[in-house]
Amino acid sequence: MFTYLLKRLGLAALVVMAVLLLLFSMLHMIPGNPAILALGTRASPEAIAEYSARMHLDKPVLTQFVYFLGNAVQGDLGQDVFSNRAVTSVIGERIGFSLALICTGMGWAVLLGVPLGCLAAVRPGSWLDRVTGVFSVGMIAVPSFLVSIWALLLFSLELRWLPAIGAGEPGDLADQLSHLVLPAFAIGLGWVGYLARMVRASMLEVMGEPYIRSARAFGLKPRRVVLGYALRVAILPTITLIGMGFGGLISSAVFAEIIFARPGVGKMIFDAVSDRNFPIVQGGVLVATGFYILVVLISDLLIAWLDPRVRSSL
Amino acid sequence: MSAPLSDPAAPAETRESASRERREKLWRFLSDWQAMVGLVLVVLFFASALFAPWLAPYDPNAMDIPARMSGPTWPHIAGTDQLGRDTFSRILHGGRVALYISAIGVSASLSIGLVLGMIAGYGPRWLDNLMLLMFDAVRSFPAVILALATVALTGPSLTVVLAIVILTTIPSYGRVARTATLALRHTEFILAERSLGASTPRILFQHIMPNVIGPLLILAAMEVPVVVSIEAGLSFLGIGVLPPQASWGTILNEGYLVIRDAPWMVIAGGIPLILTTLGFTFLGEALRDVFDPRMGRGR
Repeated sequence: MFTYLLKRLGLAALVVMAVLLLLFSMLHMIPGNPAILALGTRASPEAIAEYSARMHLDKPVLTQFVYFLGNAVQGDLGQDVFSNRAVTSVIGERIGFSLALICTGMGWAVLLGVPLGCLAAVRPGSWLDRVTGVFSVGMIAVPSFLVSIWALLLFSLELRWLPAIGAGEPGDLADQLSHLVLPAFAIGLGWVGYLARMVRASMLEVMGEPYIRSARAFGLKPRRVVLGYALRVAILPTITLIGMGFGGLISSAVFAEIIFARPGVGKMIFDAVSDRNFPIVQGGVLVATGFYILVVLISDLLIAWLDPRVRSSL
Repeated sequence: MSAPLSDPAAPAETRESASRERREKLWRFLSDWQAMVGLVLVVLFFASALFAPWLAPYDPNAMDIPARMSGPTWPHIAGTDQLGRDTFSRILHGGRVALYISAIGVSASLSIGLVLGMIAGYGPRWLDNLMLLMFDAVRSFPAVILALATVALTGPSLTVVLAIVILTTIPSYGRVARTATLALRHTEFILAERSLGASTPRILFQHIMPNVIGPLLILAAMEVPVVVSIEAGLSFLGIGVLPPQASWGTILNEGYLVIRDAPWMVIAGGIPLILTTLGFTFLGEALRDVFDPRMGRGR
């Protein structure tokens, strides 16, 4: 387990480095002076020189990368171009909204999708199985941003059940929760389908194994066989899927934040793109990507901990 | 799909059983209702996009200010937008953008992923590891985040959308091609080729590629919805196809701005998107079940 942990951490570090390099070279691949790009063509030469010095744009590219890397490691992602505040503190203010959204979205999808998949697998061919099958493909087929728009239209504009925009009054938990419902519904809906299908497929595979037959032959209660024996093994591929799928969930969350005007990191990056506020874009992209890499890492380690066969494969 | 494997010198018996197997597969495909629904939707998508200029009742960019924001009534069956443009005609023309992006995007990333994956699977170990690292690094960017970062630097355009689509979908093809190549690498017919002195490119493109391409084509059918959704999503955010050009994403974008007064725009703009996604998903899954039942579990 320890060697696996070391190897996997090393791999994650390499991926982070590659991502940083990619991000950095993207900034330098565009023709033109980054200072003029950031400040606009009408900026005075002094402002451009000042900006270049502040962002180390006057140094060689390799030196710039080292600066960039050093600062990023120390948790310094630069300053907001307009307010001059540290990018990290701007992100710190907003990341809670994004995390709450992502966790709620994934949470309700797991709570609904996994039992649905189990029930469908226990009785293959039943009406529940067929309904689940058709519904899950349907849910997967609708792009999440469309679910967001349609949910906004139906539940807040037509039926007026839930608020349409914002994240709720600070300090008022009930209000904040009611603002969380629609975006979390929208980003989780496709996942209910994904998870139900995935759990169903791997459950069916596991339920055919000899040890399940033995457990049954010993007279264990069906409930115990399904939950205690089959699901424990069948859930493994699902954990990997959840880890890998977080990238898609982050993308969905960006859309949901923009559509419901929720002040999270995704909305922040989007607004910064329109304002050409590069340090914010860069910092936000770095945080979102880092979060994704972390989630995949955690899911891989979790799998290795649960399933000894995986440890030897790396 | 496995044409190069059927040797003309093979005994007539094997050839006959192979053709019977093919007939059985075709029959299984034709008797699957999901496959048929998928096929119909996909054909509808291609036909409506290709023949949009003839099918559309109005010019997609013709403004008719007096008839602006009129509801879905005859003669505007899907209503009109804030400039009085016919939404139905814009949807038909928007399909052309979706078709263009998915045709170029899917074929480009399939070819690049195929070559990179074969090199990774056939080449030396370090090259394999480097490729896997690259695939992982690219995949670590959620697609929209990568798109936002790119657009911050270059400004929105169709080219950026294409580049994002190609870049983010290469790893899935690359990984599948790599796994398939690894499995073939030590088979006898490849070793025989090698000992006869065949060059590496010849082995890769003449012998490995025909055996790797099948699963990749099925994957391509499943990736079309991803590509179409990325284009629509980015255009919805205003960082993809630029107005006034009609795309499903820009229709949704313009509809979102007037969602209180003209809700039919976001409803009508979303339906073709769902039908296309559903069609390709059904078709891809049916193809996979017929040709490669084992692939179903991994994804």
